[in-house]
Parts: sequence; C-alpha cells; structure tokens
Amino acid sequence: MDKTLAHLADFHDEAPLVKGNLTFHDITEIVSSHTEKKTPLQWYGAFGLALSGLMLMIVMIAYLFWNGTGVWGLNNPVGWGFAIVNFVFWVGIGHAGTLISAILFLFRQQWRTAINRSAEAMTLFAVVCALVFPGIHVGRVWAAYWMLPIPNQMGMWPQFKSPLLWDVFAVSTYFTVSAAFWYVGLIPDLASLRDRATGLRRKVFGVLAMGWTGANRHWRNYEKAYLLLAALCTPLVLSVHSVVSFDFAVSIVPGWHTTIFPPYFVAGAIFSGFAMVITLMVVARKVYNVENIITIDHLEKMNIVILVTGSMVGFAYITEFFIAWYSGVQYEQYAFTNRMFGPYAWAYWTMMTCNLFFPQFFWIKKLRRSIPFMFAISIFVNVGMWFERFVITVVSLHRDYLPSAWDYYTPTWVDVLTFVGTFGLFFTLFLLFLRFLPMVAASEVKGVLPEADPHFYDHEGDGHGADHTLGVAKSKTAH
Amino acid sequence: MPQIFSRKVNSLPTLTLLGTLAGGVFAVLFVWYYFSPKFTDVGYAPQQPVEYSHRLHVGQLGLDCQYCHTNVKNANHSNVPATQTCMNCHSQVRTESLKLLPVRESWATGEPIEWIKVHKLPDYANFSHSVHTNNGVGCESCHGRIDQMEIVAQAQPLSMSWCIDCHRSPEQFLRPNSEITTMGYDYPEDFLTANLARIVSEDIQPPTNCSACHY
Repeated sequence: MDKTLAHLADFHDEAPLVKGNLTFHDITEIVSSHTEKKTPLQWYGAFGLALSGLMLMIVMIAYLFWNGTGVWGLNNPVGWGFAIVNFVFWVGIGHAGTLISAILFLFRQQWRTAINRSAEAMTLFAVVCALVFPGIHVGRVWAAYWMLPIPNQMGMWPQFKSPLLWDVFAVSTYFTVSAAFWYVGLIPDLASLRDRATGLRRKVFGVLAMGWTGANRHWRNYEKAYLLLAALCTPLVLSVHSVVSFDFAVSIVPGWHTTIFPPYFVAGAIFSGFAMVITLMVVARKVYNVENIITIDHLEKMNIVILVTGSMVGFAYITEFFIAWYSGVQYEQYAFTNRMFGPYAWAYWTMMTCNLFFPQFFWIKKLRRSIPFMFAISIFVNVGMWFERFVITVVSLHRDYLPSAWDYYTPTWVDVLTFVGTFGLFFTLFLLFLRFLPMVAASEVKGVLPEADPHFYDHEGDGHGADHTLGVAKSKTAH
Repeated sequence: MPQIFSRKVNSLPTLTLLGTLAGGVFAVLFVWYYFSPKFTDVGYAPQQPVEYSHRLHVGQLGLDCQYCHTNVKNANHSNVPATQTCMNCHSQVRTESLKLLPVRESWATGEPIEWIKVHKLPDYANFSHSVHTNNGVGCESCHGRIDQMEIVAQAQPLSMSWCIDCHRSPEQFLRPNSEITTMGYDYPEDFLTANLARIVSEDIQPPTNCSACHY
C-alpha cells in the first residue's frame, strides 16, 4: 500500500502538465468558448484565404482533367513528379496525430492530452490532401475506380502484386481508423458542448454525442473502446509509411531499391508530422489562448521528438550513401554522387541542411524552448521533408541506367499551383475544425490535473493527499 | 437536465444501421444489374433503313450467313453486303415491293444503303472475325439466334468479362468448323471431350493478356 502511494507521490512531483492553476471548469470554459462565441473577423480572413487556396486547387484539377497530364512537367524518364512527391509529403505529415494519440497513449505519456485532438485532426486533413493525388494522377480519371477491387464488367482485378495497390489499402485503412479514433475521443467533449448549447446547436451536438451522459458505464465503455482503437492504430502508424516506401523500394531503380526505406520513411514521417504540429500549435495556442494547456513544456517535448527523428533520418541518409559505396554497384554509386553533385544538387543540399543540420540546434535547451526559433525550425523541417521526397522521386528517376534516356524535370505552373492549392484544402478543413469543434481534448486534460487523482482531497482535506508521503504515514499511525 | 430528444429517437441508431446495410445491399444490386452491359447494351435493335428480315431470309429461306457477310472467314471485319448482293435476287424477285424501294434507289444512284451498326466494340478493343470463325466459334455464340430476329438485336453483353469467360474455358463453347454458321446448333453429348481433344491437337490457346485485344 505504502509503495503504491509512494509511487503516486513520485508521479505528482513531475512538473504539472497544465499551468495557471486551472480548475476543471476553467478548462471547459477555455476550450468550449471558442466554438460558442461569435465568429471573430480574423477567422473569416484566414478562412477566406484558405478557401481561395482550395478553389485554386479545384480549378487546377479541373484544368488537369480537361487537358490531361500533359499539363504537368512529367517527361519520359521522370514519370513520377509532383503528384507523388506531394502525396508522400502529405501522408508523412499525417503521421504525428496517430503517433501522439495511439503510441504515446499506450506508453502513458500524459502530455499528449494537450495536443492529441488537434494533431489527430491535422492527421485526417493531411491524409485527405494526400488522397487527392493518387486520384488525379492516373491520367484517365474516369477509370480511377480501377484502383479498388470492385467486381466489374471487365472481369478485371487490380494487380495484387503491386505495392501501389497495397498503398491504396494502407492509406484508406489508416484514414478510416484514424477518423474512428478521433471521433471516439471527441464524444465526451461533444457532450460538454451539447450541455452548454441551446436550440439547433444542442440538437446537432446531441446527435454527435450519441447520448453520452458521463455515466460510469459510459466511461468504462469509452476507455475500453479508446484503448482498443489505440492498439489498432499503433501498427498502422508504422505500416502506412512502410507501405508508401514500398512504392519505391520494391522497384529496381537505383536510389529506390533500398531495404532501409521502411524504417527511414516512418522516422521521416514522424519528423515531418511533429514539425507540422509545432507550426500549427505555436500559432493556434496563441490565437486561442490555450497557452496554459499547450504549454512550453509540451512544445519542448515535441521538439525533442523532432531532434530524435531528425537525427534518425539524417543517419539513414548517411547509411544509404555508405551502402551505395559499399555495395560496389556502379549505378547505385552514381545515383548518390548524382544527388550530391548532379543537376539537382541544390535540392539535395536543401534537404540535408533542413533535415539534418537545423534540428541539431534543439540540443540546446534554450533554443528548443524559444517559440520563434522552433517555429522557424518547424518550417525548415517541412520544407526539407518535401525536398526529401523530391530528391527520392525525381532525382532518382531523371538519370537511371541509360544516359540516352536522361532528362531534366521542371514542374509547370499547374504542378506548383496544385500543390499550393492543397494547403488551401488543408487549412480550410483545419479552420473549420478550430471553429466548430473543441480543439483540445478537455476531458483528457482534466484527467491529468492533480485534482483528478481520487486521493487528492483525502487527509484532512488539505488538497495535497497523495502528494505527501509523510502525511500518509502519519494518518496510518493515527488509525 | 431536460431530454433533448424524445423516446422515439432511441430506435434511431438501430434504424440507421439497418438503413445503411439495406442501402448498401441495394446499391450493390442496383449497380450490379443496371450498370452492366447486360442491361445497358443487350437488346439494342435500331430501325434499319430497309426492313430486312433475317427471320425470313435465314430462318425460312435458309440463306447461309456467308452469302451476304462474305469476309467473315477471311478478314478481321465482317462486312455488310453491298446493294449488288441484294439485287442478285431482287432484280428477279419482288421487283415491285415498296419495302425494297431504298434498295432499288441505291442500285440506280450508286449511293450505298446506310445500314446501322448493331454490334459495337470500343475502338481500343481489336476483334478479328476470321480468327474466331476459323477456330470453332459459331456466329450464334456471339450474335444469338439471328434466324429468329425480325430486326437484328444485340443478344450478348459483349463486355470484357464476357469475352474473357470464353477465352478462359473455350471448351465450353467451341463447335466443329463445319457448323460455324449453323443456327440452333445442338451440342452432342461428348462435345466437352471432343473440344478438349481439339484444343490440344489444334493448339487453340485463346490469349488472356491485355495486349491480345488492346494494342
């Protein structure tokens, strides 16, 4: 008994996860009020900007459909250009959410509660952006349903031996499970919003909250469902980007045919995902006044993840290079020399600087707790990770075995504007989320407050119950 | 706290689930039948410029298909006859018939009759009549009982899976080359063994790779 309490005491000696002495009610207020107050003018401004980006994307896609993929910069050796680069970029970003919610949940990392909701939302929206590209890059869009195993009058099935098909399954499963996970986590908070609302809003949230009353039985079912979904999500975090890497690794193109790809892609995905979370949260916590819930400690922890995964990615870059030399295969060696000193050297060195060099500043505690600095680094990482996919996809393809087939790939304005437009899609969805749904998992944050400890109010009601092992011992003797 | 919804709403989740299930099954069945060429294409029977009756000419008079469609064993394309072919007989038979007026006009002016194509394949699917008719695929297998049609109608879906079905198991469909143009061919009881033996001896290997038809 004493041992358990002593353990609890240790736990409470950690720095509090929520600052500013917030009560349960304060947290409900802070989180809910943003969805309840009149829409601020700045939101309209931001939303208008995002929406025009989305429109731009739609126009670009319509233009593509009308004219065909000839409007893109693809050429003969480089058959995979921006569409694949952007797809991998967005899927990668979509990894932080599930990692935070599933893996950190299973490892009882309670700091995840502050950021998991918005990170999961970001995941879903990033996967939506990613899913745009496989759909539009097929050329004959009216045949895009051939990607799915649907019985048809052609008696034809997708090629089950192709990693591209595994990709369809991996990404769509990931999206479905992440969406279910996100929604289940939302239910208690939706019920809070429902209880505070009136009129139509009350009805809408009433439907969405699925009759949640906060009963003991509800909580038990909820926790079980959440745990099971977390367990389901955990392998997905690792599998999705592994399968994405198979798109490359299963082929025999020098620079793609690499066994290190799956772990290296997963590390890169988490790296870019956390960078995106930092980019978004640094701004959102300020604008939405949740600085006491998403504290500088949370941001620092995420920066440590960025440092670790960034170093892993950097290590993978160097390993690839070493293996190219060690293998003695001249095509492989040329592929890597060409990356460093070839016509796309600028892309390679951008990638190396952004991904390997800049995150190393996070070794310094002062820098990883500096808001402007981490914001800048997170942008660099996003840029660097986009260039990583560019280097892998385009630079490997543009010079393969036969010099007679070599060419230089330049994206067209349609390529660039479609990519810009996906940010419009992303931010449109994200701003809608911020406006209408609780951006912090209030019920979970309340669970990590010291007051949530069942013994908090024990022992002469000093509000310090289990905090003081001495007090426990004293009351024991008193009995 | 007052209730937001009435008690009736309790059945809503069950109903939603059932509705989704039923809707899903309905959608599958609907697409399965109404989107398939069996529904969209079979039975296509355009009105032709001349009321030519295959039932009369083939069914009752017993003309062989190849009397008019002369290229069917020699070329990819099976031709529609020239006006000359009609006039072989109709310069002597029913020379005053009103129904044959367009034929006589065509004969006089030299302008061909604009017959309307019934059995259409997409441009990207290449089909050779001669290969099929010389390897035991009867006219009837694809075009149906032409001898019973007043107006020619599409009898089979002509979809890719329909092609593939035969290409995968030709022994179910082949007949002796002497019976190619027979309508209402009666398969003998041992046709499967006979066909299997023929497939081996004549090395009949219907291709199922993409570029067999799409090139």
